[in-house]
Amino acid sequence: MTEFLQQLLNGLSLGAVYALIALGYTMVYGVLRFINFAHSDVFMVGAFAGYYLNRWMPSDSMAGGLAILAGSMAFCALLGVVIERLAYRPLRRRSRLNVLITAIGVSLLLEYTGQFLFGAAPKPFPQLFPVRTFQFAGGLIVSTNQLAVLVLTPLLLAALHFIVLKTRFGTAMRAISFHPVAATLVGINLDRVISFTFALGSALAAAGGILYSLNYQSIDPLMGVLPGLKAFVAAVVGGIGNIPGAALGGLLLGIIETFVNGSRWSTATDAIAFALLILILLFRPAGLLGKLEVEKV
Amino acid sequence: MMPGRRFLLLLGAVAAGSVLSLQSHRINPYFLDVAVTVAINVILAVSLNLINGYTGQFSLGHAGFMAIGAYIAASTTMFWAPGLLPAASSPGFIGMAVFPAALLAGGLAAGLAGILVGAPSLRLKGDYLAIVTLGFGEIIRVIFRNLESVGGALGLNGIPACTNLFWTISMAALTIYAVTSMVHSTYGRGFTAVQDDEIAAEAIGINTTRYKITAFVVGAFFAGIAGGLYGHFKLSIDPRGFDFMKSIEIALMVILGGMGNTVGVIIAAILLTLLPELLRPVAEYRMMLYSFLLILLMLTCPQGLFQPRFFRRLLSPFLRGSAAPAEDPPRPA
Amino acid sequence: MRAHAHIGRWLGLGGLSAVLLFGCRPSPSGPDGAAEPIRVGEFASMTGKEAAFGQSSHKGTLLAIEEINAAGGVLGRPLHLITEDNQSKPGESATVVRKLISRERVVAVLGEVASGRSLEAAPICQQSRIPMISPSSTNPKVTEMGDCIFRVCFLDSFQGAALARFARQTLQSTRVAILSDAAAPYSVGLAAFFRERFLAGAGQVVAEQKYSSGDKDFKAQLTAIRAAQPEAIFVPGYYTEVGLIALQARQLGISVPLFGGDGWEAPELIQIAGTALEGNYYSTHFAPEVESTVAQNFVQKFTAKYGAAPDAIAALGYDSALLLADAIRRAGAAEGAPLRDAIASTRDFSGASGLTTIDPQRNARKSAVMITIRDGRFCYVQTITPEEALRNEPSPGP
Repeated sequence: MTEFLQQLLNGLSLGAVYALIALGYTMVYGVLRFINFAHSDVFMVGAFAGYYLNRWMPSDSMAGGLAILAGSMAFCALLGVVIERLAYRPLRRRSRLNVLITAIGVSLLLEYTGQFLFGAAPKPFPQLFPVRTFQFAGGLIVSTNQLAVLVLTPLLLAALHFIVLKTRFGTAMRAISFHPVAATLVGINLDRVISFTFALGSALAAAGGILYSLNYQSIDPLMGVLPGLKAFVAAVVGGIGNIPGAALGGLLLGIIETFVNGSRWSTATDAIAFALLILILLFRPAGLLGKLEVEKV
Repeated sequence: MMPGRRFLLLLGAVAAGSVLSLQSHRINPYFLDVAVTVAINVILAVSLNLINGYTGQFSLGHAGFMAIGAYIAASTTMFWAPGLLPAASSPGFIGMAVFPAALLAGGLAAGLAGILVGAPSLRLKGDYLAIVTLGFGEIIRVIFRNLESVGGALGLNGIPACTNLFWTISMAALTIYAVTSMVHSTYGRGFTAVQDDEIAAEAIGINTTRYKITAFVVGAFFAGIAGGLYGHFKLSIDPRGFDFMKSIEIALMVILGGMGNTVGVIIAAILLTLLPELLRPVAEYRMMLYSFLLILLMLTCPQGLFQPRFFRRLLSPFLRGSAAPAEDPPRPA
Repeated sequence: MRAHAHIGRWLGLGGLSAVLLFGCRPSPSGPDGAAEPIRVGEFASMTGKEAAFGQSSHKGTLLAIEEINAAGGVLGRPLHLITEDNQSKPGESATVVRKLISRERVVAVLGEVASGRSLEAAPICQQSRIPMISPSSTNPKVTEMGDCIFRVCFLDSFQGAALARFARQTLQSTRVAILSDAAAPYSVGLAAFFRERFLAGAGQVVAEQKYSSGDKDFKAQLTAIRAAQPEAIFVPGYYTEVGLIALQARQLGISVPLFGGDGWEAPELIQIAGTALEGNYYSTHFAPEVESTVAQNFVQKFTAKYGAAPDAIAALGYDSALLLADAIRRAGAAEGAPLRDAIASTRDFSGASGLTTIDPQRNARKSAVMITIRDGRFCYVQTITPEEALRNEPSPGP
């Protein structure tokens, strides 16, 4: 029983991070209908931004940690806007596949630049917040970092949900997602809304990067590749373009992966995760919460 | 082009391959390595182009088909053939008789997997299909990693060196021949129809299911052959060599070459294989430069690199009298 | 299709560029002067997933080459090191080694750390009969590829036996859990050799879990291991993951010792895992405390040049170059069969990682040292010789 609860907790905290990254994929997809492959590397940059910010102004207090989190989110928001401006915007009227290739190019560029600037060896990630662990009867162990992920993720999710549903920018985002041409006709500034979407998604990736690094405590320039792939899977399972779907997909994937990893089939974790994905998509081709769009002639 | 001419080109390429192959001891082994890698990548890109470019089914699992071909072909030459024909284990016999059979076996096995991977394409579209094919590729890789009989994580080593210029050039020519002949036949117009408008294609009575599955099976078959060539050339295969980055690399060639443009895809495959080699002298900046060039290429010529029009535009300052062609009209997003 | 009409033209162009490609040959490397450098090839994972190991090994090799050249070179000729990067990618090593041999005309090839990469390059070196010295590939298969393939480190079969003996005799454990890296051939091999010897010594493997290189979350596997209540946990992985495993094990309240092989060896290990490493053990090729002048000299020079203490992989990279220079000196020639034979007949060569003797299977017979982590420092525990490790002993009494 303890083992089950412990695994559930492990899975939830892993899944929460997947959910944060998946949200970035899903938001960009919702507005622009393309997979932003560079997103997982913005996640990596977020973690490194936290690392260097902490070296610059060390912190182990609550406020200092939050300041670093905010600083890293701001930096990545800017990075996201710059990437969109330089690499994606010139191709907006082209086929989506062109943007996809550019996104892969940006992803590789960030990874190799990272290896060049930061070195390939993993770096220890500092504890930004004061850490405590609680031991419960029966041996269940919970650390404040795990709790931080489990608290911050729903908060960020709720904030995002609020922005998308209740603010003017959110309305504009949904309008573009619904019909880009009609949206510009009613006076929505496409460029500004898309920049904003990238800023928001990249800030979430940075938050994900920092929370992930707090829990696993080592960062390297290729750290984004695997979580990025998993988060992408999560976004698709949940129904890409759907915000609650991304959160659900992330949690589901985190829990499944943890339970497989803890069993004797741990060598096949990735295979099992993908097999489940394929099964889900075969029965629900638009993901768990996605709406199937029937193509009209 | 007349089918007859195409066939003559195929024969010409095979003949050129055998001549080059006989002279291969004179070619510097490094250039030979690069040339064989180029030809293998051409097979991979052209076969993926049938699925992605002509039929419009975005697949990211090509490295998985390649892995199946590589493992099955290597197992044939290393274990199965010597087991069946113990007398015929001389290197010459393996090179001339067992190897083609091994390539075929690898291709057929990959083609079978193509049915399996192609099936979801009947229900899924676009990004969903992309992620499912990517998932299939990863599953195949994990399976090979866990199969101790083919070396597990260490991979297979000591594969006989059967691949030479003759086989690679012939197979590349055969792939190009098969794909172009298929697509340009009356039957093959159906592939393009599926890509252009699936619903309209279905409405006029085209069996879209059959076309999609055929594209996957044929594409996978040639990817399997490429895998067999790769294994018998590198002499060792490792499950990590067939990860999703490899699939993405092949997809890059197809998109950069211009989807559904065989000539463009061939040239993109050559260019994207040579580019990292040419950048070797700048060592640590190499991959940074490579990715930067990739972005730049896409931004400057988003229609795919090798439109004949692009070259005409490039050369137009030097060709007096021929007016520079107008800018391409933007494609609807 | 419009583009199709151009196929013939393109093929013609392709043929032309092929002629250009194959037409050019490297120019012969200068006149045969006395000071003409001896060209030594090195292939390493300078970028990509395993760059941390490749760069470390390269630093050691580079230091050795510089030292040799500062002392006047070998046979009066300087050594010229040509390094090629394989990006840690399968398939690349074959290409770069072919380039080193045919374009750069190197007399010998040094590399690689990862056994998988070495296994790719070995048949190509063997085919051209260019000696290859692997600094730290410990998988037994590497040197089985042919009589031109050597290594300067011990084998996993020995290391596994040494660790099994250590677990049984020194840690006095009978119940061990194994947590290995299913994606790394090194880890899979070492785990298998350990398991075999440990079971033969009447030990019991109570849990066996796997992860994949690049993972950062090991809590699931560790939670399952915790439930099996082992007396020690064998983690035959690379330090990049081991640091996190140690950290997460302690966070989950696992207090039994962890132990592993030479993949642990790196200064970053302590940076990553901090105090979580206290009281854990690993086996490796060399300990900086070892009182040998070569080792002390190496540690001092390496620290001066790179600003950080060397790890075992750097020491072996250093030794591979020194051993090659020594063999060239003894052969009196920097090429072909004499060089191969000179490497094969290396006896008691004194390097940074101790004495190296190349055995008839072209492996180095070497002892392993056990290291523990105490007060945030790597401390020497004991040396296990090949004779000790492979001796079949009855299990010790309680």
